[in-house]
Amino acid sequence: MATRSEAGPTAYVNARLLDPKSGLDAPGALYADRGVIVDLGRRLFTEGVPEGVAIVDCGGACLAPGLVDMRVQLGEPGNEHKETIETASRAAAAGGVTSMVALPNTDPVVDDVAGIEFIARRAREEKLVKVYGYGAVTRGLEGRELVEMGLLSEYGALGFTDGLQAVANAQVMRRALSYSRSVGTVILQHPEEPALATGVMNAGELATRLGLAGSHTLSEVMMIERDLRLVEMTGGRYHVANVTCAEAVEVIRRAKARGLPVTCSTAPHYFTLNETAVGDYRTFAKVAPPLRGEADRAAVTAAVADGTIDAIASDHAPHDQDTKRQPFAMASPGIVGLESLLPLSLALVHAGRMTLLELLRRLTDGPAGILRGRADLEPGLPCDLVVFDPDRPATVDPDRFRSKSKNSPFENHMVQGVVLRTVVDGRTIYSEAGGGSAA
Amino acid sequence: MQDFEAIARPGYAHRHLLGIEGLTPAEIETLLDLAADYAAQDAGAHQRSPLLSGHTVINLFFETSTRTRTSFELAAKRLSADVINMSVTWSSIKKGETLLDTAMTLNAMHPDVLIVRHPESGAVKLLSEKVNGAVINAGDGSHEHPTQALLDALTIRRRRGRLAGLTVAICGDILHSRVARSNIHLLTTMGARVRVIAPPTLMPGGIERLGVESFMDMREGLRDCDIVMMLRLQTERMQGSYVPSIREYFRFYGLDREKLAMAKPDALIMHPGPMNRGVEIDSSVADDIDRSLIQEQVEMGVAVRMACLHALVAGTRTPVRAEG
Repeated sequence: MATRSEAGPTAYVNARLLDPKSGLDAPGALYADRGVIVDLGRRLFTEGVPEGVAIVDCGGACLAPGLVDMRVQLGEPGNEHKETIETASRAAAAGGVTSMVALPNTDPVVDDVAGIEFIARRAREEKLVKVYGYGAVTRGLEGRELVEMGLLSEYGALGFTDGLQAVANAQVMRRALSYSRSVGTVILQHPEEPALATGVMNAGELATRLGLAGSHTLSEVMMIERDLRLVEMTGGRYHVANVTCAEAVEVIRRAKARGLPVTCSTAPHYFTLNETAVGDYRTFAKVAPPLRGEADRAAVTAAVADGTIDAIASDHAPHDQDTKRQPFAMASPGIVGLESLLPLSLALVHAGRMTLLELLRRLTDGPAGILRGRADLEPGLPCDLVVFDPDRPATVDPDRFRSKSKNSPFENHMVQGVVLRTVVDGRTIYSEAGGGSAA
Repeated sequence: MQDFEAIARPGYAHRHLLGIEGLTPAEIETLLDLAADYAAQDAGAHQRSPLLSGHTVINLFFETSTRTRTSFELAAKRLSADVINMSVTWSSIKKGETLLDTAMTLNAMHPDVLIVRHPESGAVKLLSEKVNGAVINAGDGSHEHPTQALLDALTIRRRRGRLAGLTVAICGDILHSRVARSNIHLLTTMGARVRVIAPPTLMPGGIERLGVESFMDMREGLRDCDIVMMLRLQTERMQGSYVPSIREYFRFYGLDREKLAMAKPDALIMHPGPMNRGVEIDSSVADDIDRSLIQEQVEMGVAVRMACLHALVAGTRTPVRAEG
């Protein structure tokens, strides 16, 4: 991918280098020039940094490939009052995300070449993080006719998904998976069987108490099981977004063991919260699929730790007050997540569930691999980095989010981990020391 | 969550009445005793209590209702309050205003009490967070209808002298019923045994966790019951086919003399109204003056709502009477 030339030679010294792909976890330095990683290692710059090279002293903090967020909603085009590509990019930068992939459920829907080009052009104008897009699987997200997958892929679509809707029709899904092979792309499914998932929260005792319609985990498992049959038949690459329950994890684990081309991801709220977060009708904790029971939350945590779940995405879904301050059933589902992605995920490391390197794999190399991209520190790659302190305590404060929308259930949530600096193509686009604004 | 402060204090110490869940036995007792007092006053004596004189009560109904709204209106007027009725047909909701906009607008008029009914579960609580006055939930979605449960309890207590130890069967559309939920919370809190009877498609998941026994065979569920509470089959809520047909429903879940024979010989019959005769209840049972409490329920409704208004408004200034 093209790099921007304004970034001169820079030395990132005094860092803990972390690269999940190569397994590197060691103190050292990284050297970048013209937006590209040139060299890195333990012994680099031990004799001092040459003249004319800018120095960034990481102060012993972690330096890793910039995070890849494979599931965000941008709001633009169509819902600019909730989020724009600019505000989402600023939020991403503050969250240590250097590449993000937008869902196509905008207005208009990204189902043609013009839609994909629009995202690319707007991202170039903002010059912040790298913004990519998925194409819709079906025209207008209507679930009937396939989009021009080949052309959209040529113009940069990284995969195809109908966003917050499942491709419900089995014949359409079969053809999408089948056709995707000729393009070499991936189909990303929202795992809810729509005829069954008519509820607004997880089914069970709490839904009964609150008098709200529940959606059973079965509607998620059924959708995935059906799709896996089609994957087996067609050989198409398949990704399940937002895995939320124990049975879904188990089904995917077995499919992987059988060698099917299947990957999956989840979002921090599914391993951080359970259904009790919606008690008292808290619409900020309303998501689709819904937050599940404690056993399911624990199973998702375990699956992230053992690698059954390949990637963690923020599932960033900006909503304004009007769509959230509503009676529960009428409120829009979704949580803004770009700025809390890393600190919430780091809780898994602090709880001893996985190593820091493994967690970073779910946030960098994992999602990049699914989308056939790169997110590691190999010399020659674009210099997209995040520098963070994994231990510093902090409190999530949605009012300070750069995102235009503040719909987070994590207000006052105690976390450990602060992003200090975000670098894209060698340019620092966020620095905590600089008052949090782009340098 | 247990409100330990409320347990320690006599009377009813909450700002709103949003539901029965979470109320203590003592609080429920307080409201029932107060209601029993009002019920004992002769309605034919044409006297008003000056208790709420100068207070404004707004009936805010986002869902059509005749009996509940009228009952609240009458209760407020008997306490000398100024009553305003707002219903959805002319409210600004239809013009796209959100629920909270409506709440803020009404709040600016400084009502002392807002009585709210809304078709969505949780909507009344949401509204209560934005207003300064007291809020009474007159029914929210499938969640709660606390004054209905209180009037049912008062009706039972007048006939049987107690709630504890009685076996009460609640039959019908448990899934969508706010009356069922409020009654389950109230009756189990007061020590009654509660059974729920419904076809599996109208029985919500995890209902046993609310402390009740569930039955899909109505005869079995009615065996040796003291009280049979029928629910309205809410046809307006039926989006899919929860039951194949009305006549099939009546055959298996309608209360007729034959099924009623399974209950105790002196079992009493209740219904929150309005009744669908021939759907969930046979006319000969509904109109049996020895067994049916349906008219008495309506009568107790006014007394219970007077008690709730009393506890919420006057309770903040003068001590609520602990004994009836």
